[in-house]
Amino acid sequence: MRESMQYDVLIVGAGPAGLACAIRLKQLAEAEGKTLSVCVLEKGAAVGAHLLSGAVLETRALDELLPNWQSMGAPIDTAVTTDDFQYLYNDQKGLKLPTPKLMKNDGNYIVSLSELGRWLATQAEALGVEIFAGFAASEILYHADGAVKGVATGDMGIQKNGEKGDNYTQGVEIHAHQTVFAEGCRGSLSKQLIAQFDLQKDKSPQTYALGVKEIWQVESPHYSAGQMLHTVGWPLKNNTYGGSFVYHMANNKVAIGFVVGLDYQNPTLSPFHELQRFKHHPDILPLLEGGKRLAYGAKTLVEGGVQSMPKLTAPGAVLVGDAAGTLNVAKIKGNHTAMKSGMVAAEALFEHFNAGGTGGEVVAYEVNFKSSWAYKELYQVRNIRPGFKHGLILGALNAFKEMYLWPARRTLKNHADHAQLKPVGKFKPIAYPKPDGEISFDKPSSVYLSNTYHEENQPAHLKLKDEAAAIDVNLNQFGAPETHYCPAGVYEILKTEDGLPFLQINAQNCLHCKACDIKDPTQNINWQTPEGGGGPNYTDM
Amino acid sequence: MKVLVAVKHVVDAYVQIRLMADGSGVDTRGLKHNINPFCEIAVEEAVQLKEKGDASEVVICSIGEDAVQETLRKALALGADRAVHLKTTAQMQPLQLAKVLHTLVESEKPDLVLMGKQSIDGDNNQTAQMLAGLLGWPQGMFASRLELKGQELVVNREVDSGEETLQLKLPAVVSADLRLNQPRHVTLPNLMKTKQKPLEVQTLPDLAPSSYKILNVTEPAKRQKGVLLNSVDELLDKLKNEAKVVG
Repeated sequence: MRESMQYDVLIVGAGPAGLACAIRLKQLAEAEGKTLSVCVLEKGAAVGAHLLSGAVLETRALDELLPNWQSMGAPIDTAVTTDDFQYLYNDQKGLKLPTPKLMKNDGNYIVSLSELGRWLATQAEALGVEIFAGFAASEILYHADGAVKGVATGDMGIQKNGEKGDNYTQGVEIHAHQTVFAEGCRGSLSKQLIAQFDLQKDKSPQTYALGVKEIWQVESPHYSAGQMLHTVGWPLKNNTYGGSFVYHMANNKVAIGFVVGLDYQNPTLSPFHELQRFKHHPDILPLLEGGKRLAYGAKTLVEGGVQSMPKLTAPGAVLVGDAAGTLNVAKIKGNHTAMKSGMVAAEALFEHFNAGGTGGEVVAYEVNFKSSWAYKELYQVRNIRPGFKHGLILGALNAFKEMYLWPARRTLKNHADHAQLKPVGKFKPIAYPKPDGEISFDKPSSVYLSNTYHEENQPAHLKLKDEAAAIDVNLNQFGAPETHYCPAGVYEILKTEDGLPFLQINAQNCLHCKACDIKDPTQNINWQTPEGGGGPNYTDM
Repeated sequence: MKVLVAVKHVVDAYVQIRLMADGSGVDTRGLKHNINPFCEIAVEEAVQLKEKGDASEVVICSIGEDAVQETLRKALALGADRAVHLKTTAQMQPLQLAKVLHTLVESEKPDLVLMGKQSIDGDNNQTAQMLAGLLGWPQGMFASRLELKGQELVVNREVDSGEETLQLKLPAVVSADLRLNQPRHVTLPNLMKTKQKPLEVQTLPDLAPSSYKILNVTEPAKRQKGVLLNSVDELLDKLKNEAKVVG
């Protein structure tokens, strides 16, 4: 028998959505003099360790949640000064374009989401929220009637061979009246919850992108805190959705990253290498020259919009934030909408408890979210991302039409990312230039800067449903795309002594980005939670 | 037997550190911290002594800013009974730390002080020895095994020539080496229970200025790129004529 603990509300994931939900719940309870126990589980070794975002923050949700954030010492100091938008023709030339209105950032701030997460956690703890970092929720628990009962944390000390080691420690069950899934993009339990309750029914499949990001310490006259730049075009081909971001943070730090839509077709594409070669563009290089790379990380993001948003509630459970797909892809922002969804969920849950409810399905959350400003802004931009299905130029024209001329009444559909890959023979493999070790780097030296760590003697947390498919399908048909898209070098094709290829999984390198779980052509790779505390240790991502 | 374990709150072993731009030290702001791994082993050993019935009480102490309470909580979750936070913002050197601990030992009166053999930030490996010296107590450093026999402690210690077995009269100071034990995992219920365990905060008086001053902290020089050679002869030639290490 596992030990169990009971809370009113359990929140899985200490990101902006989960923490905003926790804070709002406690604020409401305090205002009405009620007791309400709230627990937050975080799989990262500390709050913020797994948080990665651009990030430019629109403070609308935070203004509502903690109106005095400025005097409370929030790590939000670098106001955006300029926001440029550029189209890169090729590896030499770029053209400055007028910044589209949705990408304007007056009044927004350049922040580190890891830092913001840590600060939100301090606020939550001060209100009495119990936050446990280093514990991974690895299993959903159900009542006999099928409603969600809570989660169980993973066992610790299981060895590679599956046996219990000397310091084996059994996981615990955490039961709650309501469980809030705030795991972020492609959460491993959220995925199960969506399948269990068929929450994606009648919706478009969710679509995603993979972002890779570096932080640089620069000494360049081109640096100016508050400046930001987005680019589209080179090094991506017209038919691939994506682009770069360059945000000048405080203290001579620059966040530079590249995002590629995971609906790309060429299996030899590597978002990591796109970022590496992008940094050599003459419009970017002078900013980085003479500087030093401090940190590296990668994370997927949801791009599906309202047409891909699953039903947000199930008996005993709700989905918030990126786990629910609340990112505004046209604005390239999701922190404000994620926080808002957490807050709306908190208000609905509190109302539900106030009316004497405990378990059961809090349908009011979805109704209220749909009438919130967050949903309205998502609805308004719903046709922009799908418009890029036919390439950058048609996509941009459609976006212009949607934003400035006549927004369509109908809603364009999304298609599953994993089904978009074409056989490797259809493309000339992309030849990425060799890294120079100054501006561009290889994957191992990058992963080193993510501080990722997994207890070595545990079973791999990346599981193949069908071992043979790694060679028969992935390698033979698609040229092992996972060895290209994985930003951490987890996957390698090696040969046995007999010269037969096999897939080597270096799970200890994993950055928890979830790209493999999303993009694998037959959905053969299943990302599960490793031992709690494993994964990257981001400090200023 | 009452056991006092002194623990240090350090930057996590798996996190890369960065230097301050002015060379004054390591920039630890925002970095994930954890209990120093050797200190964690010391706590585990103390808890095991208690579980065996050899120790009656396990008290944990740590010196530093409020953040060290995180490490104290972890030690409490591992099974210690109560914690003392010796609060200061001063950056202390081993002798200063040993003097502060000396004062605490005088008020707590433990029979055994357990510590990690060194902290992974400064790697000094001095505080435990200095504390034993200040107290005039026997010391067993780099312990890989520990056993209480009556009023005496048998300590196996790892030394360059192999293993040494000491018999110490209590009270004594012992520092833990890597092989002493494998610490258990902290469980959620135990982490919760730490809220009921006492954590006392004692603010330290201002210290006399240290005679020790850090002049500059720099990164190790970058390693030169290696070259791939094709034959042993080529290697010999390089060793003789380029590196000049072979005559």
